[in-house]
Amino acid sequence: MNKAATIWEVFIQSKNGLAHKHVGNVHAEDKEMALQNARDLYTRRNEGSCIWVVKSEHIVSSVPEDSESFFDPANDKVYRHPTFYKMPDGAKHI
Amino acid sequence: MLDLEKYILRIADSALIISHRLSEWCSKGPTLEEDIALSNISLDLLGQANSLLEYCASINGKISADDLAFRRNGKEFYNFQICELENGHFGDTIIRQFLFDSYTLLFFQKLSQSKDETLSAIATKSIKEIKYHLRHSSNWVIRLGDGTSLSKEKIQNSLNNFWKFTGEFFEMDELDKKMAECKIGVDLYKLKNEWDNIINATFEKAKIQRPDDCVMITGSKKGVHTEHLEKILSKMQYLPRAYPDAKW
Repeated sequence: MNKAATIWEVFIQSKNGLAHKHVGNVHAEDKEMALQNARDLYTRRNEGSCIWVVKSEHIVSSVPEDSESFFDPANDKVYRHPTFYKMPDGAKHI
Repeated sequence: MLDLEKYILRIADSALIISHRLSEWCSKGPTLEEDIALSNISLDLLGQANSLLEYCASINGKISADDLAFRRNGKEFYNFQICELENGHFGDTIIRQFLFDSYTLLFFQKLSQSKDETLSAIATKSIKEIKYHLRHSSNWVIRLGDGTSLSKEKIQNSLNNFWKFTGEFFEMDELDKKMAECKIGVDLYKLKNEWDNIINATFEKAKIQRPDDCVMITGSKKGVHTEHLEKILSKMQYLPRAYPDAKW
C-alpha cells in the first residue's frame, strides 16, 4: 500500500436502533478493505452491530475560524433550552 | 493413539501451524491495519486449534492440550505442508491463506454435520470465522491480481509456487476413509468440485491463471514435512521445553 492510501472515517452502531457513532479512522484502498479494516480495528471486543465507513474527504466540516459566528449566538438565548418546564417523573432520556 | 485422536490432530495441527506462521506477521505487516487483520486471523485459528487439541486431550485422558502443542516432535505433526511454508512476501502469505481458507470453509461445513457432537460444534463455531478469513484473503487475491502489472506478476508466481501443495487437501488414506464411513469425518473427494468452483471464480475476478495440474506434494498424513516445520517448532516449543514448569 502506498503512503497516499485513502483515509476513511469509521462509525459504529453499538445496538440496533441507536445512532452510528464516530470512533476513528482507517487507511484503505477501496470500500471493502475499509470495511474490513474497520471491523478488525474497532470491533474486536464486541463493540458493534453495524459499521459505516465514509471517505474522509466526503466529510464537510466547519472550521475553527467560523466558531464565533456559528455557535456564539446561541449563548444568550436561554429560552431555546427546555429548562422552564417541569420534567414529568416518568420521562427518561430527555 | 485412537483413530479419532489422530483424525482430530490432523485438523488441529493445520490450524495451529498456519496460525503460528500468521503470527510472525505481527508488527511486520505492510500497514497497521493489515498487521492487525493478520494477527486477528492468526488468533482465530489458534482458538480453533486450541478447541480441537483440548478435545483430543480429553479423549486421551493422559496428556494436556499444551503437551500436544508443545511436546510433540515434527514427525508427530500432521498439518498440511502448505501451512508450514514460509510467509515470503505479502502476496505469498495471501495466496497460502486463500488456498487454505477456501478449503477449510468447505471442510468445516461438512464437518459440522459430523456424528461426533463436539467436532460438529467446533466446526459450526469455526465456520463464521473462516468465512471472514476467506473474504479477507480472496479480496486481496483479486486486488493484487487485478492491480498493477507488478502485483499481478507477483501473485501469479506465488500461486504457481504454492499450487503443488494443494493436492494434500483431497488425499484420503485409510483413516480418512474409515472416519468418513462412520460419518464422523469428511469425504474429501466430495469437496474437490466445490473447491474448484470457489477458487476458479476468484482467479477469474483476479485475472490470474489457475496453474496446470502437476505432481502434488504428499506426506503430511504420515508425519512427513518440509524442512520448515522443524524451524517453526524450535521457536514455538522453545519456552515450554526449556522451562517445563513455566507459568504465565
